Amino acid sequence: MTNLELQKMANEVRKGIVTGVHAAKAGHPGGSLSAADIYTYLYFEEMNIDPKDPGKGDRDRFVLSKGHTAPGLYSTLANRGYFPVEDLVTLRKLGSYLQGHPCMQHVPGVDMSSGSLGQGISVACGMALGAKMSGADYRVYTLLGDGEIEEGQVWEASMFAGHRKLDNLCVIVDNNGLQIDGRIEDVCSPYPIDKKFEAFNFHVIDLDDAHDFDKIRAAFKEARETKGMPTAIIAHSLKGKGVSFMEGNVDWHGKAPNDEEYAVAMADLEKIAQQLA
Amino acid sequence: MADIKKIATRESYGNALVEIGKENPDIVVLDADLAAATKTGVFKKAFPERHIDCGIAECNMAGVAAGLSLAGKIPFMSSFAMFAAGRAFEQVRNSIGYPHLNVKIGATHAGITVGEDGASHQCNEDIALMRTIPGMVVMCPADDVEAKAAVRAAVAYEGPVYIRFGRAAVPVINDRPDYKFEIGKGTVVREGTDVTIVATGICVDSALGAAEMLEKDGISAEVINICTIKPLDEEIIINSAKKTGKVVTAEEHSVIGGLGSAVCDALCKSHPTPVCKIGMQDVFGESGSAAALVEKYKLDAKGVYEQVKTFLA
Repeated sequence: MTNLELQKMANEVRKGIVTGVHAAKAGHPGGSLSAADIYTYLYFEEMNIDPKDPGKGDRDRFVLSKGHTAPGLYSTLANRGYFPVEDLVTLRKLGSYLQGHPCMQHVPGVDMSSGSLGQGISVACGMALGAKMSGADYRVYTLLGDGEIEEGQVWEASMFAGHRKLDNLCVIVDNNGLQIDGRIEDVCSPYPIDKKFEAFNFHVIDLDDAHDFDKIRAAFKEARETKGMPTAIIAHSLKGKGVSFMEGNVDWHGKAPNDEEYAVAMADLEKIAQQLA
Repeated sequence: MADIKKIATRESYGNALVEIGKENPDIVVLDADLAAATKTGVFKKAFPERHIDCGIAECNMAGVAAGLSLAGKIPFMSSFAMFAAGRAFEQVRNSIGYPHLNVKIGATHAGITVGEDGASHQCNEDIALMRTIPGMVVMCPADDVEAKAAVRAAVAYEGPVYIRFGRAAVPVINDRPDYKFEIGKGTVVREGTDVTIVATGICVDSALGAAEMLEKDGISAEVINICTIKPLDEEIIINSAKKTGKVVTAEEHSVIGGLGSAVCDALCKSHPTPVCKIGMQDVFGESGSAAALVEKYKLDAKGVYEQVKTFLA
C-alpha cells in the first residue's frame, strides 16, 4: 500500500477505536490511538497473514503484550477483513467475542490471549523459538507499552530473546510517554529504553515518529534484515493521536468518550479523512 | 521390607521424558536453572536441542512454554513446585490456563519432603493454587510407576496439566501387571469397611501402612489412591463413603485447598460425611530430613494411623 492508503486506513482504524470504546462506555482509547499507525502497517503491509485463513501455519504472528489496547487491534483486524467492522460496537459487552482484553479462542486473527502486562513478550519469545526449532521462517511481532516495560518479566524475556538470538522476533515499544498514573518518567522511569534493550543484546531502532509511514516502513525493513539478534523498535508516538482532546492527555488512557465527546472525536477524524481524500 | 524398591518421582519424571521424547519429536523441556534437581538433565543429555534452559526466570519460562505450544510443541515446563505454581502462578493462569494451551507443568520438590532446604522451598500450596484454574488437570503421582504413567497421559491429553513430583525416594507400590492409569480415575488399593482413607502422593504408601496397623486393632480401612486431584474421581470416593460412613484424607500439602478440600467439595454436595483432613495443618514446614519431617508432621504410616484412631474414637 502507498503511504496515503496506509494513512487513510489508519484513520479508519482510529474511527473504529473511538466507536468501539464509546459504545462500550469503557476501554483504552489513548494507547490504541497512539499505536494505530503501527497496527495498520503490521496488518496491511508488513505481516504475512490471510484474513480468510487466520490460522494458516506459516503466517507471521502478533502478540499484543499491551492487551488493554485491544480496541486498536480489534479495529485493525475488522478493517482488514477478519470480522465485520459493525461488530466493534459490541466491545466489552456481555456475550461479545470482543472481550475487554484479547481472547484468542474467540477472535479470528488474535494469536494469543493477553492483558496481564509483561506476559505477551515471553509468549512471543516462545513462538519465535518454536519457529526456529521447527525450521519455520515466520516472524513474530509483539507490541508493548512503555509503562508495561516497568514489569520485570519484560526483562526476563528480553534476556532470553537476546541470549537465544531470536532474530525472527521484533519487539515494538509504543513510547507515548504516558501511563495511567501520569508521565512514565514521573511514575517509575523506564528510560533510557534504547540502552536497556541494547544491554540485553537487541538491535535497537529508534523510530522517532511512529505516525510517519516512511519511517515506520524503514524501521520494519531494518528489523527484518537484522540477523543474529532480536530487534526492538522504540516507537515514539503521541497518546490519543488523531483526536484533538485526547492527544497527549493522560486522562484518556482508560476512559470512554461520552456522546458529545464522541461527536467531536469523529468530527476530528472525519476532517483528517477529508484532508487525505 | 528391605527389598522394596524406592525411587523419587522426580527421577521418574526425567526418565519418562526421555522415553517419550524418543517417540515424540514435539516434546520439549524447559528448565529454570534446575535441570539437575528436577531430573530433566537426563532429557537434556539425550536431546540437547530440545532442552531449553530459561535461566532463573520462571515467569518468563511459563510464557515461553505457552509460545512453544502455539508453535506446535508439547512443552514441559519444569521447576520446583514453589516456583512453577507459586512464583509463576499468574503467568500459568493467564498465559497458559486462560487460553487453555497444551503446556505441561512438571513441578518437582513439592511438599515437606524437600527436607533440609526448609520452609521457603517446601510448597504445600500448589495443589490449591492449580486446582482453582479452570481447565487445569492436577495430578500427584504416588510412585515411580504412576509418575511415568501420568507423564505419558499428560502428553496424550490436549490441554494444560500440572504434575507434582517429590524430591525424596518413595516405595514403588503400583508395580503390578494389571496396573492401569487414566486421568481422572482413582483406585481402591485396599478394600475395607470401617473407614475410607483417600490419599495422594507419598501419603498413599503411608495410608497403606496405617491400614495394616488399623487391621491389628480390628479396624478395616479402605484406601483410595487419588492421583488426579482435578478432575476428581468423585464416584469412587462417594461410593466408598457410602460403605464406610467415615472419610480421612491424607496429603503432603496444606489441608486448605488440596485433596482434603476437593474430597469435601465432592462429598458435601451429594453424600455429606464426616471427614478428617490429614496434611499440613495451616503451618509452614522447616528444615530436617524428609523422614524426620513426615514423622513430625504425622504424614507417615504411624502419623496417619494415630490420626485415624483419634478420628474414629
